Amino acid sequence: MSMPVVSLKGITKSYGTIQVLRDVSLDVEAGEVVAVIGRSGSGKSTMLRCINGLESIQGGTITVAGHVVTQTAKQLRELRREVGMVFQSFNLFPHLTVEQNISLAPRIAKKMAAEQARGIACRVLEQVGLSEKIDAYPQQLSGGQQQRVAIARSLAMEPKVMLFDEVTSALDPELTGEVLKVMEQLAERGMTMVVVTHEMGFARHVADNVVFMHKGTVWEQGTAEVFFDSPRTPELQQFLRSSKVK
Amino acid sequence: MSYRFQFDVVLAQSDRFIEGAALTLQLSGEAIVFGTVIGILGALARTEGPRWLDWIVGAYVEVIRNTPLLVQVFLLFFGLPAVGVKFTATEAALFALTVNLGAYATEIIRAGIEAIPHTQFEAGLSLSLTRLQIFRHIIFMPALEIIYPALGAQFTLTLLASSIVSVVAANELTTVAQIIEGETFRSIEVYTITTLLYIAMALGLRSILALLGLVLFRRRRVVQPQVRMSGI
Amino acid sequence: MIHQFGIHDILYLLSGAGWTLILSAVTMIGGGMIGFCVALMRISSSHVLHGIAVVYIELIQSTPVLMVVFLVYFGPGIFGIELPKFPAAALALVVYSSAFFAEIWRGAIQSVPRPQWEASSALALTWLQQLRYVILPQAVRVSLPPTVGFMVQVVKNTSVTSIVGFVDVSRAGQLISNATFQPFRVYLWVAAIYFVICYPMSVISRRIERKFNVRR
Ligand SMILES: Nc1ncnc2c1ncn2[C@@H]1O[C@H](COP(=O)(O)OP(=O)(O)OP(=O)(O)O)[C@@H](O)[C@H]1O
Ligand SMILES: [Mg+2]
Repeated sequence: MSMPVVSLKGITKSYGTIQVLRDVSLDVEAGEVVAVIGRSGSGKSTMLRCINGLESIQGGTITVAGHVVTQTAKQLRELRREVGMVFQSFNLFPHLTVEQNISLAPRIAKKMAAEQARGIACRVLEQVGLSEKIDAYPQQLSGGQQQRVAIARSLAMEPKVMLFDEVTSALDPELTGEVLKVMEQLAERGMTMVVVTHEMGFARHVADNVVFMHKGTVWEQGTAEVFFDSPRTPELQQFLRSSKVK
Repeated sequence: MSYRFQFDVVLAQSDRFIEGAALTLQLSGEAIVFGTVIGILGALARTEGPRWLDWIVGAYVEVIRNTPLLVQVFLLFFGLPAVGVKFTATEAALFALTVNLGAYATEIIRAGIEAIPHTQFEAGLSLSLTRLQIFRHIIFMPALEIIYPALGAQFTLTLLASSIVSVVAANELTTVAQIIEGETFRSIEVYTITTLLYIAMALGLRSILALLGLVLFRRRRVVQPQVRMSGI
Repeated sequence: MIHQFGIHDILYLLSGAGWTLILSAVTMIGGGMIGFCVALMRISSSHVLHGIAVVYIELIQSTPVLMVVFLVYFGPGIFGIELPKFPAAALALVVYSSAFFAEIWRGAIQSVPRPQWEASSALALTWLQQLRYVILPQAVRVSLPPTVGFMVQVVKNTSVTSIVGFVDVSRAGQLISNATFQPFRVYLWVAAIYFVICYPMSVISRRIERKFNVRR
């Protein structure tokens, strides 16, 4: 059996006295797409942020592509080269053009030459279908376009795994489709992805495995069909009912 | 009115006025450059550095901002020799102006850094950048853009406040004016001309800063204002 | 005659500090009143009043406070009048500060959203009534931190009047330092006195700002 790209073993995490994650374990194999669903406050974002070391953990171990998530700055940077992260609020750099947004990290973190970085920027922009926006500033783009640029920016680092945290939640409904489509194409190309989402359609049709987080732990998980068609726990059944009504 | 203005007597000294004004410009120009460097380092120390450094820089800022420049000039002028530093009055003046502006610049720049959403920082971290790289490439320019008007106003205040260093006879414009007043006894004429020179220099500095702003923040001219407001 | 720095010197410094405080208070009141009028002129719809206010503010904000002090001190000489030191110092600082108060309050008044004016004019209030009952109560909140912050500047600005010989704490320090030949020690005392006056105001200004920011 191959090593999982992402492996969480018995993660615990608290803010002060509030325990946010309790004994979370999860394996993500290469090329696998895992969707994470759950109520607000169940710890989905926190788990995702632990994977690339944005949050520290109190217990358990996380390994990503052979790196153990530790706290020394240098090791964390090496790990983060392998992990792309896309945020709900895009977080593009407003003072840089699309190209500069994308080529910044390759140039600085990977010490890549300018023209090589530009080549990469062109390639990833084509991948998200925004080649013509290469010289635009973020504010000149729609929300959906900004989010696609943010995805391209992560791709430019050639990560082994991509993390998505409710990347369509801040978008107008008519703009979510273009972003989901880009993510679906990424999945088809074999990218390993962990996707926190409220889009049940995406979870059902694109994800290989679905995880239901509840009260800070992995409450139930399974392949997409089994997960949605025959949920075992009453909590998941209720969650699925309530999200269908919406 | 029995008073007869005699500008000609004073204007005969225009070479000396211009020399004084030139030194004022040089002094404040240097103070602006060095003070801004202190401001950047101070702001970095307060936002990124360890507790104790934050505390020291904070104390520096508070002491400077809550005492008059006049007293700071005297303290440096009389205090530096005590620690064995040799200097001219002009150098003491430059030192005082720099230390003074450095404190204000530290607070202004820090406010700019803190106005940048933390998510920008996290985006940089996620892209495998170091804290210093994030500061330099991601935080600095947007922060500078936010505080540019406040920083520019502070620069202008430094230029104008430089007249105070005349108390140690620093040879800049106000010192020259006082000497000429002592020679000609035409106080009103001397200080009218001096004031006009300061006003001209202040307006000049503000124009230069405005132009520099256009160059530094290219995006402002590229992005339409309405579009900008609907953005992040 | 030279003497050792001692307790009377400290008392003399404190009496100078008293004058610094009096001068500061007069400046805040006078500068505040004129500044308020200039702020109203600046926002008025009359082009003439607006223009006068803009030029007044711009000119003063481009002039060193020391030059204002010199001009006010020597200016009346044109008419053969010599102003005593305190009124001259006070007048100069009032004029200088008024421009800054005016800008602070103009900013605060204009920070009240436009619809507030429109809504209140729909209530058939006069311009002054709108200002008094609707706009100012909201503007005061915004203006408080910078106003208190500027009061610190006012206190520090009074120090330049020592250059024309008004005996405030700075001038007292200069006199003592000439008499004792211990300038560094004397100016440390002077600096400490200013700090004791100014620091609490700085803290208050920051506190108010934080409080309003949280509530907003
Ligand atoms: N910085 C923090 N300090 C204290 N508590 C926090 C912090 N961040 C998150 N929490 C708490 O941790 C819990 C989990 O938060 P998390 O953001 O992971 O939830 P989530 O599942 O992503 O929810 P949502 O769907 O709303 O994004 C919540 O109860 C939240 O209040
Ligand atoms: Mg979340």
